[in-house]
Amino acid sequence: MYEILSKEFFSENVVKLVIHAPRIAKARRAGHFVILKIGEKGERFPLTIAGADRENGTITLVVQKVGVSSRKLVALEVGECITDLVGPLGQATHIEHKGTILACGGGVGVAPLLPIVEAYKKAGNRVITVIAARSKDLIILEDQIKEFSDELIVMTDDGSHGQKGLVTEGMEAAIAREKIDEAIIIGPAVMMKFAAMCTKKHNIPTMVSLNTIMVDGTGMCGACRITVAGKTKFVCVDGPEFDAHQVDFDEMLLRLNGYKEIEKAAESTYLNLNTDSCQIPS
Amino acid sequence: MEERDTYLKSERSQPWREDLRKLISNKERTNMVRVKMNEVDAQVRIKSYVEVNSGLSMEQAQLEASRCIDCPNPTCISGCPVEINIPKFVKRIEQGEFLEAAKVLKETSTLPAVCGRVCPQEKQCEANCFYTLKLKKEPVAIGFLERFAADYEQASGEISIPEIKEKNGVKVGCIGSGPAGLTFAGEMAKSGYEVTVFEALHEIGGVLKYGIPEFRLPNRVVDVEIDALKRMGVQFETNFIVGKTATIEDLKEEGFQAFFAGSGAGLPRFMGIPGENYLGILSSNEYLTRINLMHAAELDSDTPVLSGKNVMVIGGGNTAMDSVRTAKRLGATRAMIVYRRSMDEMPARIEEIEHAKEEGIEFMTLANPIEYFADEKGRVKSVKIQKMELGEPDASGRRRPIPMEGSEEIIEAETVVVSVGVSPNPIVPDSLPDLETTKWGTIVVNPDSLQSSIPEMFAGGDIVRGGATVILAMGDGRRAAQAMHKYLTNKNA
Ligand SMILES: Cc1cc2nc3c(=O)[nH]c(=O)nc-3n(C[C@H](O)[C@H](O)[C@H](O)COP(=O)(O)OP(=O)(O)OC[C@H]3O[C@@H](n4cnc5c(N)ncnc54)[C@H](O)[C@@H]3O)c2cc1C
Ligand SMILES: Cc1cc2nc3c(=O)[nH]c(=O)nc-3n(C[C@H](O)[C@H](O)[C@H](O)COP(=O)(O)OP(=O)(O)OC[C@H]3O[C@@H](n4cnc5c(N)ncnc54)[C@H](O)[C@@H]3O)c2cc1C
Ligand code: SF4
Ligand code: FES
Repeated sequence: MYEILSKEFFSENVVKLVIHAPRIAKARRAGHFVILKIGEKGERFPLTIAGADRENGTITLVVQKVGVSSRKLVALEVGECITDLVGPLGQATHIEHKGTILACGGGVGVAPLLPIVEAYKKAGNRVITVIAARSKDLIILEDQIKEFSDELIVMTDDGSHGQKGLVTEGMEAAIAREKIDEAIIIGPAVMMKFAAMCTKKHNIPTMVSLNTIMVDGTGMCGACRITVAGKTKFVCVDGPEFDAHQVDFDEMLLRLNGYKEIEKAAESTYLNLNTDSCQIPS
Repeated sequence: MEERDTYLKSERSQPWREDLRKLISNKERTNMVRVKMNEVDAQVRIKSYVEVNSGLSMEQAQLEASRCIDCPNPTCISGCPVEINIPKFVKRIEQGEFLEAAKVLKETSTLPAVCGRVCPQEKQCEANCFYTLKLKKEPVAIGFLERFAADYEQASGEISIPEIKEKNGVKVGCIGSGPAGLTFAGEMAKSGYEVTVFEALHEIGGVLKYGIPEFRLPNRVVDVEIDALKRMGVQFETNFIVGKTATIEDLKEEGFQAFFAGSGAGLPRFMGIPGENYLGILSSNEYLTRINLMHAAELDSDTPVLSGKNVMVIGGGNTAMDSVRTAKRLGATRAMIVYRRSMDEMPARIEEIEHAKEEGIEFMTLANPIEYFADEKGRVKSVKIQKMELGEPDASGRRRPIPMEGSEEIIEAETVVVSVGVSPNPIVPDSLPDLETTKWGTIVVNPDSLQSSIPEMFAGGDIVRGGATVILAMGDGRRAAQAMHKYLTNKNA
């Protein structure tokens, strides 16, 4: 059904997959995501649709290996199929002409950022993009992001590529230089928390795209719930994008770690059984 | 109504029924005691997901069936939302014609093996049995007998596939594969339509699969019925969310002429009290989905589930009972129900409450959580409970629980399952701006035809009723199919 048509390693741990899914390719818009499941007893997990080709009926996903499910996905080879794939899910990004946009992506968050940057650019905005990672080999999609950005700032923690420093330093530099009308931030939860504090300081309206734990992705379970402006919201149906300055990031960080110990144990079992990461998981 | 009475009378006067009635005197029949369901021992069953009720033997079923006096005015039928011809199927069992009994059930109910297990019979057919109403004795075990006949048919491998009219080439779509959708699909297939069922999840069956646990309704019971539908030509598309994967407009372009929304009331409600988003506090939907749909309790499943020594479940419905009994099976030493009204008002099926008690579930009634406390990692560790007393009856006719000031107490719990109700699934209404809905988000339909404000869109089950029952959802699926058939016949004439 959902056949993998191509597979490209951006780095040891980050992989781009092109998958046959004509209905999703047709229906999706920037900001949407899918839920995948690999194998009969696999878990359901979300990934952002990083791009789509309507004519060929394909969608692009970029996945970082962090645990069992992402490893099982990366272990699939071209020609193999994903057992279950459903989408597009979530609310699409509300894209319009706003002026100057500051787009910030951290780590694998650059993948979901790409279609949004593209859409903002096509809507006539000036787009300044900051992408950040720990080191050079973790910077992904730089060329593709560049294509749709008026300006690109690359930050690495160790200075091995672009400028040395955190994502917030790149943001501060841009904000100091010109008026920003709106910001969008996607990345690890901690990065989003601090980047949101940065734009709040400068009174810049900001959106974040949240990556909570999910099960069904259709609003049925509440696993993905967070607090926004004091109210409980479901990220899968109300989001994944929210007003960054209203999100309770500390609560979200706690909830993200809820299954950490179980997941870590499962991952080491998986790694013991699958020493060669190219092996097909059972 | 009259037509139905005449039909029932003529059925009752069939020679085989007359003969059967003469076989045993009514006095003898009414002196027999109600059969006891065979059950797996509580201490054994809490260590596995084995089905609690193991069914009646043939002898037990025939004996119980002979308690029914085949009333001239069978009041039980009026208690059944789909008006199963109860005395007829019961008498077929007494006669030993079990496959015939199953056929009677299938005349009006698509999933008798399911209903026999999950219907609240004590409020429906059995509440209206002559024994209950007039003799003040225990009613005929209609539910057990229904399950017996349906199981007998399933086990015989001779599931009767209904006769299918010649294919008419008209495509109709069904949104959701719960009991409402499955029934609708079967009825439309019988009338010759090309039916496609779209299901958002990766499994067919709706609540029957993701909600109601294996120990109460084994998946295989549902799968047999789904297989029968497949053999009738019904197409199933899983991982397909109507309104997201494709819109109703898209589907119309693909040739679908009408739709039935059986999309259920799948959204969990929370209470909005302090600390409710701590780790370890989850909706019953999440808890049951992880176990039933994602098989989290099995070793080879990738989906985790949080367990705890002290598990508290908030609520008193079937969903709460299913959650708390699941917690017991996951190894909880203390599995508790906290319910704000008293035992008498508990909406769960009586049998489930009895089974829960046997399994060592603690019941704290007239109690309500008001705040949660967590450890330094954000995991819930205790719950503040407030005692309640019952005041004046409210709109539902049940006495309203009123908090008692100063009655708070703290109870330890590392897992809390919130089971205080569900809301309609908004995806279909959200994708159709012209669709009329109520302020609760349910779809407005004509009560007879189940047609919505969009003529080619029919709806039924929980998306129309809010959280209701399996049998009502099935009844809706059937009525909507009849009405849609009429609508399409007129339209295409
Ligand atoms: C709307 C949405 C879009 C997403 N898009 C992408 C994407 O495009 N590319 C991508 O690589 N990832 C994306 N994610 C994150 C991705 O879903 C998780 O990395 C994945 O579920 C991890 O599964 P696993 O079994 O491999 O790891 P697990 O074993 O489940 O987890 C490994 C570690 O990651 C943490 N973790 C678990 N779930 C998440 C999560 N949702 N976010 C962050 N950390 C988590 C765990 O605490 C644990 O420490 C997205 C998440 C959401 C909600
Ligand atoms: C734990 C639990 C225990 C219960 N116990 C009992 C009991 O003992 N007895 C009883 O009579 N009742 C019981 N009920 C209630 C009963 O299960 C429901 O009333 C019944 O299932 C409703 O049927 P339905 O077909 O309307 O919807 P559901 O069974 O909810 O099915 C709806 C289906 O539609 C799918 N869907 C939703 N939106 C879309 C979309 N846009 N596109 C495609 N698919 C979609 C959903 O994924 C779901 O599978 C229980 C409910 C729960 C949750
Ligand atoms: S369907 Fe339910 S109410 Fe009707 S006879 Fe069977 S058990 Fe009783
Ligand atoms: S993932 Fe289940 S409600 Fe959001």
